[in-house]
This record gives sequence, structure tokens and C-alpha cells, in this order.
Amino acid sequence: MKKSNYMEVRFKALSVNEGFARVCVAGFCLPLNPSVDELGDIKTAVSEAVTNCVVHAYPKGNGMITLTCETEGNEVKITVKDSGIGIKDIEKAREPFFTTKPDEERSGMGFAVMESFMDAIEVTENVGGGLVVVMTKRINSGLAKVENA
Amino acid sequence: MKIKSKICNGTLYIVLSGELDEHSASHTRITLDDIFMAEDFAQIIIDLSELDFMDSTGIGVLIGRYKKMKNKNIPIYICNPSRHAERIFKMTGLYELMPKIV
Repeated sequence: MKKSNYMEVRFKALSVNEGFARVCVAGFCLPLNPSVDELGDIKTAVSEAVTNCVVHAYPKGNGMITLTCETEGNEVKITVKDSGIGIKDIEKAREPFFTTKPDEERSGMGFAVMESFMDAIEVTENVGGGLVVVMTKRINSGLAKVENA
Repeated sequence: MKIKSKICNGTLYIVLSGELDEHSASHTRITLDDIFMAEDFAQIIIDLSELDFMDSTGIGVLIGRYKKMKNKNIPIYICNPSRHAERIFKMTGLYELMPKIV
């Protein structure tokens, strides 16, 4: 039977919490024995998703981000959810180099990086407003396979 | 984010240490612009060997500095990126603007 685990944290949509979010998810994934590269992939993707919330979701401030992480076998599922203003055209926002803030030196590569560093990403509207980003990644290290065999 | 700089033979060497994300982006922009304004040099080399983390926000910061230096015909080069930074650079085509040097 595959082992499963789950965690959930809520924090203010502040840039100072980006590092916390990265380390939080990375620490939670450690029992799967990811490689340094896999851990780097996850941390980068989480950082991109949380940054999107911090920069775009709450133009008036005072918003919250809910971060959950679920592991089953050697698969990690990360959800980053906000209750902000959402995105009018999600497909457009996922295009590389698209940004709604070209004057702020934004690269517009956030979703492209998430897609590249994770196995799959799903972006949907949050019920009641905001955005839900779900990212999954299979950890291919040896120990995860042995433990869950 | 810690930023060290020195000038040697007309080259401005920058070493970025720590994490470059949304939280540190503003400080990094301001500090680099201050250094670029104060010093006299012909080219810039940004050393990323001490950079522990960078996401796509870092790309925005670097391209912003590139645009400012391009107006002065001062090239910027990147050296010692981590494997993750390198992947983001290649995805975004950053090396076409700021070539990698060994």
C-alpha cells in the first residue's frame, strides 16, 4: 500500500513569506528522498505560484494564501490557493512572457517555469474568487520507490 | 541578498549572494542601480556562484539592468549560474542578452 501524507498552512500574501513557503514544502517532501535537482524544481515552482499571489491577487493587500502539499507514494501534489481578484483570461496568463505589469520589470515566465519544473500544472478559478494552482511531480529517487514498494 | 562589487581593469564585478525572489528584488534593483551609477567601467560581470535560489522574478531584475546598461553600450555577462538558474536563463533566452562566460 502506498504511503500518503498531507499538510496545510495559511499565511499572509507577503513577499517575506515566499522563502517560508519554499522551505515548508521542501521539508515536507524530504521523506520521499528527492534529489537536489528535484527539490530545487519544487522550491522554484512553489516560489513562482506564491509570487503570483503576492504580486497579482491582492492589489489592496491583506490577502491570505493557502498552501497544501500531499504526497502519495512517490508523487507530490502542491496546491497554492488565494481568494483574490483572479485572472480574467487564464490561458492567456499561462503564455510565456505574458504580463499584466510590463512597467514593473516582470518576466511573465512564472507559469512557464512551473510547467517546466513540474510534471503537470492546473490553474482554475477558486470558488468564491481567486485562483487555484495545482502542481504535481513524481519523485524519481531510489528510496521513494523502495519504501513504497 | 548580499551584493558585493569591485572594479578591476575597467570591468565591474558583481557577486550576488543569497536568494533572489520577489522579496529581495527591490533591494537588488536599487543596490545594483546605485553601483552602476557610481562607478566607471566598460563591462559588467555578474557572478552567481553564491546565489542559493532564483526564480523568474530574478529574470525581470536582470533584464531591467540590461536595458539600462544597453543605453550606455555597456555589456553584461553572467558567470557561475546554478543548474536551476541556467534552466530559467535558457527558457527565457536571457543568454542572448547577457551571454554566459566561463
